[in-house]
Amino acid sequence: MSSDAKKVLTGPIVDNNPIALQVLGICSALAVTSSMVNALVMSLAVIFVTAFSNLFISIIRNHIPSSVRIIVQMAIIASLVIVVDQVLKAFSYQLSKELAVFVGLIITNCIVMGRAEAFAMKEKPVVSFLDGIGNGLGYGAILMLVAFFRELLGFGTLFGIEILPLIQNGGWYQANGLLVLPFSSFFVIGLIIWAIRQWKPEQVEKD
Amino acid sequence: MSSNKETFGKTVGFVLAVCVVCALLVSFSAVQLKPLQKANKLLDQQTKILEASGLLEKAGKDVVKTYNEFVVAKMINLDSGEFIEGDVINFDERRNARDKALSIKPENDLAGINRRSNTAVVYLVKGESGSIDTVVLPIVGSGLWDLMYGYVGLESDLNTVKSVIYSDHKETPGLGAEVLNPKWKALWPGKKIYNDAGEVKAKLIKGGAKANDIHGVDALSGATLTSNGVTHTLQFWFGKEGYKAFIAKYRAEGVK
Repeated sequence: MSSDAKKVLTGPIVDNNPIALQVLGICSALAVTSSMVNALVMSLAVIFVTAFSNLFISIIRNHIPSSVRIIVQMAIIASLVIVVDQVLKAFSYQLSKELAVFVGLIITNCIVMGRAEAFAMKEKPVVSFLDGIGNGLGYGAILMLVAFFRELLGFGTLFGIEILPLIQNGGWYQANGLLVLPFSSFFVIGLIIWAIRQWKPEQVEKD
Repeated sequence: MSSNKETFGKTVGFVLAVCVVCALLVSFSAVQLKPLQKANKLLDQQTKILEASGLLEKAGKDVVKTYNEFVVAKMINLDSGEFIEGDVINFDERRNARDKALSIKPENDLAGINRRSNTAVVYLVKGESGSIDTVVLPIVGSGLWDLMYGYVGLESDLNTVKSVIYSDHKETPGLGAEVLNPKWKALWPGKKIYNDAGEVKAKLIKGGAKANDIHGVDALSGATLTSNGVTHTLQFWFGKEGYKAFIAKYRAEGVK
């Protein structure tokens, strides 16, 4: 059990990463990765939502009528997302202003639905909970990595702390405006997927 | 999945039960966290007003205390320019603007706000001597993506700019969002809103303002539409459908 649990928890970080291997949840990965702080908060929010939606759905999995199971899953996920949004507004007003609509859009994050449908509907609560955390971590790891490059090269900062002094602030670094825009995440994510598949060739799809 | 006894009644009952539990969870968190959220919002607003009046550094961590000590919020009627009684804490310009009875459609909607509230809240900020040395006026206008909300701090002549602080916007990071860049904000102090004839002259100048320009400030590079939005917002709010009546009255009579 313990080695199984470990596999469920850490597997999604590299071996079965929801963004890099399954290419899910790209939409929010594009939007919130312009700074490390945003990416971190978004990751925590997604970890919380996937973990608890998996847990609750797994607890009631034997009672969910299959004809309405997606609706039931959505109701649970949506409620959790609203709770996260409310908590953010109460404890971190500045961040909730920046993340704004993207917290609400966790509802449509394919990872959350995907894990609920593919894992939590079949497995026991504890292992589902771990699977949720694992997939959230996998999502978060990629988000942080993308945000690292985008914030460093796009703004010259990390977590808002100046690393490369910008020309407009009297330094030497000309910020890369491309990386400030959301679609640049496509390039960064593409490079990350390539790097992971170089490292782990078994992830490459056969023709 | 127990598909064995999936009757209509059971399905409906189950869905209802899930909905009730979820609704309880959501309403519990919303109600419990409401006071904190309200306090956060107010604190954020007070911080921006102190920033606009140049008191934020002095306030340090004690935003609320400094605010209560130095800032007086007053409601005004924008058309007559007179002070009126009103609930300044819960005032919301955009909420009033949705109410036809409380707002008008501006003849010349430069700022792109569609409707404008008939009333506004202005913030009178006392200096060390106890007399009012800064007036902070809220502004709102369209940027590139959405409305931008901010404050303009004016010296007691109600013409010299002390600061232009944006509090809420959805402009592009690195481009339009540079309205929050301290270097850009530092260009504002000392600029004049009006010329001698009383026309609104403050504006953002593409390619950079000349060193001796008392009205113009450098536009944001790569953000022409945001820059135009800021210029139009200023022109609207300091024009005759904005604070002009209030400013004229205030200059003539002072407070009350």
